[in-house]
Amino acid sequence: MEIRHKILVLDDDVDWLNLCNEMFAHLPSKPEIRTVASGARALALMETEPFRLLVCDLKMPRMDGLQVLSIVRRRFPELRTVVLSGLEDEEFRSRAYALGVDLFWLKTDMQANSQMFLDCIESLLGRDMEGGFRGIQSKSLMDIIQMECLSRSSTVLRITRGPLVAKLWIQNGELIDAETEGARGEAAFLRILAWKSGTFENLPAESGRERTITRPVNALLLESAQAIDETADSVEPGSIEQTAHRKTIWKLALLTREGAEFVIVVPPEGRGEVETMGTQPSEPLAKWARRAVETAKRLGERIEAGPLSHVAGHNLERQMLVLNREDECFLVGWPPNVAAGPLFEKSKKLVSSWDS
Amino acid sequence: MGFLKRFFRSRAAVQQLPAGSVAVDRNGRVVTYTVSSAYPKELLRDIGQEVLSLFREARAAQMPLAEVSIHFASLHITARELRGGAIIFLFPQAAFSPITTRPRL
Repeated sequence: MEIRHKILVLDDDVDWLNLCNEMFAHLPSKPEIRTVASGARALALMETEPFRLLVCDLKMPRMDGLQVLSIVRRRFPELRTVVLSGLEDEEFRSRAYALGVDLFWLKTDMQANSQMFLDCIESLLGRDMEGGFRGIQSKSLMDIIQMECLSRSSTVLRITRGPLVAKLWIQNGELIDAETEGARGEAAFLRILAWKSGTFENLPAESGRERTITRPVNALLLESAQAIDETADSVEPGSIEQTAHRKTIWKLALLTREGAEFVIVVPPEGRGEVETMGTQPSEPLAKWARRAVETAKRLGERIEAGPLSHVAGHNLERQMLVLNREDECFLVGWPPNVAAGPLFEKSKKLVSSWDS
Repeated sequence: MGFLKRFFRSRAAVQQLPAGSVAVDRNGRVVTYTVSSAYPKELLRDIGQEVLSLFREARAAQMPLAEVSIHFASLHITARELRGGAIIFLFPQAAFSPITTRPRL
């Protein structure tokens, strides 16, 4: 029997609720749609009925959308969440993503690209629980650890996977301790890395925590990747989740081994999704990379300068290189202290082994 | 042979590559340049405008850049942002030329 998923739409604007109701009625999976005008009512409804997806506004009286989302994340970790807001401030976007929302759409964009918006909603409704850690758009745990380490932050990551709980202590971008199921230190960390899904939250840093892990996180990631490669033959074939997990580990290990900060793989416009590794998904950056290649190619043809090799740019925070490979382009981010001379060769090496 | 040459005069088929520097203001207007005066001015202006568009779009992507370089097989372009405008360095890459990717500023 076909399952009809339920969508809950939360907005204090009744006209907007009606509009959403009409739009979602056209979704191919014919979901059941409920609308509410206050956060408190939405939470009460979620307690009594199982929903697949919450579409939530941000600016609302009494309880705002971010408050609702933070409660939803704790109480209904499996619920997919979409923010539909009129607030164009980037701060709200990043705060919403930090709360683990699956999508963030501006109302103006949604009206301009309604079909794409509906496609996204349909995809969220149909998506089964895949691997990935909810908290930052279903990223892998390695992504999350990498982001914390690259941003030189101090935090405690609390990771939950069903009944299992683990904690990772990160101090100034260095992993200093890990603990789970009675194990501690590197052994615990390697065990946690094998988890393919779960939820995580950032707890305040604990400055007095004893250090049990002395090796750099890159070395541990590599060790984990190698261990997975070695056992790959014994793994039963056909597990897409396992393959995707292995690929992610391999790519992150590659990234850390080369010393790059991130890689964004940008497909031609309208063809496929942007792939990001080591950073949060960034459509503006992907767009810039695509435009940089187009602009450079156009210029190269006009001044007869020969084929384009690459485009590079830097500021005080990072260096970036855009490489064009067939019809997609790769934006590789590097820390500012890496020597600029060999960056092209290093980026080329990274890109050539990206899908290997 | 001399008869044919009257009708088919030899002509340079390849555009000479620019070498030197160009300064453009925030509107893409060429302010000053050290590139040979034989090089077409409209191409210099095109280079300036395309480079400025790269800086502008990077700013729009919340990633303002201080320097951008475009590497072609036979020409390297390095541009440094200057209060909305840019100073652009053009380095033709001859087979035996030393590899110069960054200007010494």
